[in-house]
Amino acid sequence: MMASYVFRLASKNMWRHRLRTGLTIAGIAVAIVSFGLLRTVVDSWYAGAELSSSARLITRAEASLSFSLPVTYGERIRRVPGVKDVTWAIWFGGIYIDEKHFFPQFAVDAETYFDVYPEFVVPPEQLAAFKRDRRGVIVGRKTMLKNGWKIGDQVPLKGTIYPGTWSFTIRGVYQGADDKVDEGQFLLHWGYVNEKIKAVLPSLADRVGVFVINIKDPGASAAVSAAIDSGFRNSLAETRTETQKAFQLGFIAMVDTILVAIQTVAYVVILIIMAVMANTMAMAARERMREYATLKALGFSDRFVSILILGESLSMSLAGGLLGVALTFPLAEAFFSATRDLFLVFTVTPVTLALQVASSLLIGICAALAPAWNSSRVRIVDGLRAVT
Amino acid sequence: MSSGLSLSYVARNLYARKLTTALTAAGMALVVFVFATVLMMAEGLRHTLGGTGSDSNVVIIRQGSQTEVQSTITREQANMVESLPGLATSPEGRARISREVLVLVNMPRKGSGGLANVVVRGTTDNGLLMRPQARIVSGRPFRPGSSEIIVGSAMARGDVGLRIGDSIAFGMRSWNVVGIFDAGSSGFDSEIWGDSEQMMQAFRRQAFSSLVVGLREEGSYQGFAEALMRQPQIKADVKRERQFYADQSEKMANFISILGKTITIIFSVGAIIGAMITRYASVANRTREIGTLRALGFRRGNIVMAFIQEAALLGFVAGVTGLFAASFMQMLEISTTNVQTFSEVVFRLVMTPGIAVQVLVFSMFMGVLGGVLPALQASRLEIVDALRSA
Repeated sequence: MMASYVFRLASKNMWRHRLRTGLTIAGIAVAIVSFGLLRTVVDSWYAGAELSSSARLITRAEASLSFSLPVTYGERIRRVPGVKDVTWAIWFGGIYIDEKHFFPQFAVDAETYFDVYPEFVVPPEQLAAFKRDRRGVIVGRKTMLKNGWKIGDQVPLKGTIYPGTWSFTIRGVYQGADDKVDEGQFLLHWGYVNEKIKAVLPSLADRVGVFVINIKDPGASAAVSAAIDSGFRNSLAETRTETQKAFQLGFIAMVDTILVAIQTVAYVVILIIMAVMANTMAMAARERMREYATLKALGFSDRFVSILILGESLSMSLAGGLLGVALTFPLAEAFFSATRDLFLVFTVTPVTLALQVASSLLIGICAALAPAWNSSRVRIVDGLRAVT
Repeated sequence: MSSGLSLSYVARNLYARKLTTALTAAGMALVVFVFATVLMMAEGLRHTLGGTGSDSNVVIIRQGSQTEVQSTITREQANMVESLPGLATSPEGRARISREVLVLVNMPRKGSGGLANVVVRGTTDNGLLMRPQARIVSGRPFRPGSSEIIVGSAMARGDVGLRIGDSIAFGMRSWNVVGIFDAGSSGFDSEIWGDSEQMMQAFRRQAFSSLVVGLREEGSYQGFAEALMRQPQIKADVKRERQFYADQSEKMANFISILGKTITIIFSVGAIIGAMITRYASVANRTREIGTLRALGFRRGNIVMAFIQEAALLGFVAGVTGLFAASFMQMLEISTTNVQTFSEVVFRLVMTPGIAVQVLVFSMFMGVLGGVLPALQASRLEIVDALRSA
């Protein structure tokens, strides 16, 4: 009874200054949108690492990823106790049309790659067709859509690491088992590239970028990693083995200065808007000092008046917050299409949504604090006498 | 542009409401600060990589390979390039050409604990001669034919933090740091240099990464490039050295710009709304004053103009404040991975007159946008009503 009465009075108050209320709601919406967008940018950087299973190890050259490893290491890794499957891949880095049409391309071992990556789901007949055709490729659904390809299409690529013009035939499309899987990759036969490159640039032949290893017991990843690396110590190509997650986080750490900056900005925005909002609420409360005093003179309690102010502030901030949440989705979509190459996935997570709502609640409460306290403190006589 | 109402009236109006003005300006100044910082970041990256190398040197990499790390140039190809016309001569009387080898080596970052991909460049006497901007600031140059290296000043200062006397292990050898060089805050400062042939041996490489050749004069570039293209055995991409490195900054600088501009646009909407709220309040408070002005004979246009000027002045004050704060960001040095080359690059934020102008215009625009509707509202008031209002 009381609640609905407060609510009606609060919403009436809110609409007295339509313009100011509208502007304040818009301001809050902007803050909530930018907060959500910035958080999504940070989340998306980490998304690649989140998906990784801890039962998967990546072995690469100790010096850096730009060094390759001899393919013969694969057999030696397979014999290390605890190793279940081994496959390998190397960055192909071809250019399709021009640099703007970027998608990641890997030369992979056709026989074993999809066994190690069960989350890349390929229909069996397409996989068989891929294995049969040495110039065949399997492409992620997202890249297929982006370029408007269909199965059977020819894709010409200009090599950067492997010189020359290459032509591949799309034999299959893979889908992610869940939405955290990168559906943008372009996977081609390592064997085919290797054979062709032997003739022109023998120094690049029989080399791979990384070995991907599935282990039997996820708990033993540290021991297995150490066993693999010790096998190649003091050789010409020393290795560094780590879990897939650590490997991905290593990539992210490269740009973490930028990430820290983005996160800082996200929180500063909330603070600024809180100040603006508090200012508006204070302005409204000051103008209504006489009314609040009248309410108190009529016998309403201090608590009632405080709740009235809080109710008004909360309805405004929540309206702004919800508007902001609604706007986050189209804006995230637009931002993603402007920077397509840089993110694997770009989805607004439920946590972000929850935080958005929570921060709009926080704005509402904080903005109401000072006016509520002021109004409960003021004596009725002074309030009635107040000049606005 | 004459408003009829003097500028000092406009300025004093802002001054009379110090608190509101300060709060509104502070909000806008923050947006300006973010905008300026982002532009400075993108500019700093361009400045650092664009200031690397010189126009009288030419970088040759294998056709289509894009970066020096991905490229391979064989010894035979290098010898062929040496005989092309248009090249400067080295002190020994041969063509001035440096056969370079580039690798990326992981080194731990001190701060975050991640790994940095540091460019290790094997170079030659000619290579050092062709980059006179790289001066040894402490220690001594590496001795050719030894496992000695010199590190760029940014690698000595920044997160990687190498010192003279340190030794680094890569390619099954340990390399001793004997000197630190400074190349005028260019991209070379983020590199480590050593002897080219030694690095080839250490990494068991048969081929170089790139060739750097000195032109006899800047203008002989065209002739040299055409002569190179006529060699069927050499499939190569040629660029002036400065251009080569400038191009490597584009992708990253664009990313920073897009992200920064998106953030700024959204923020600026917030700041404009903030300005609007206070401008409306200011119009409401001054209803009587506006009525008096009208009664004195000032026209509606005069009133609108005065309010718009006030808003623009507010924006200008905010812009100057934001710029002032942002100029301190020039002390900040950022160490990050260039996504285009996958290698570590250290750069300092740079403020340019262009950025300052852009930011000030933006800030005044924000102010005017926030002030235009309230100004129109002020001008619509009827004289009698305005004078009668409380």
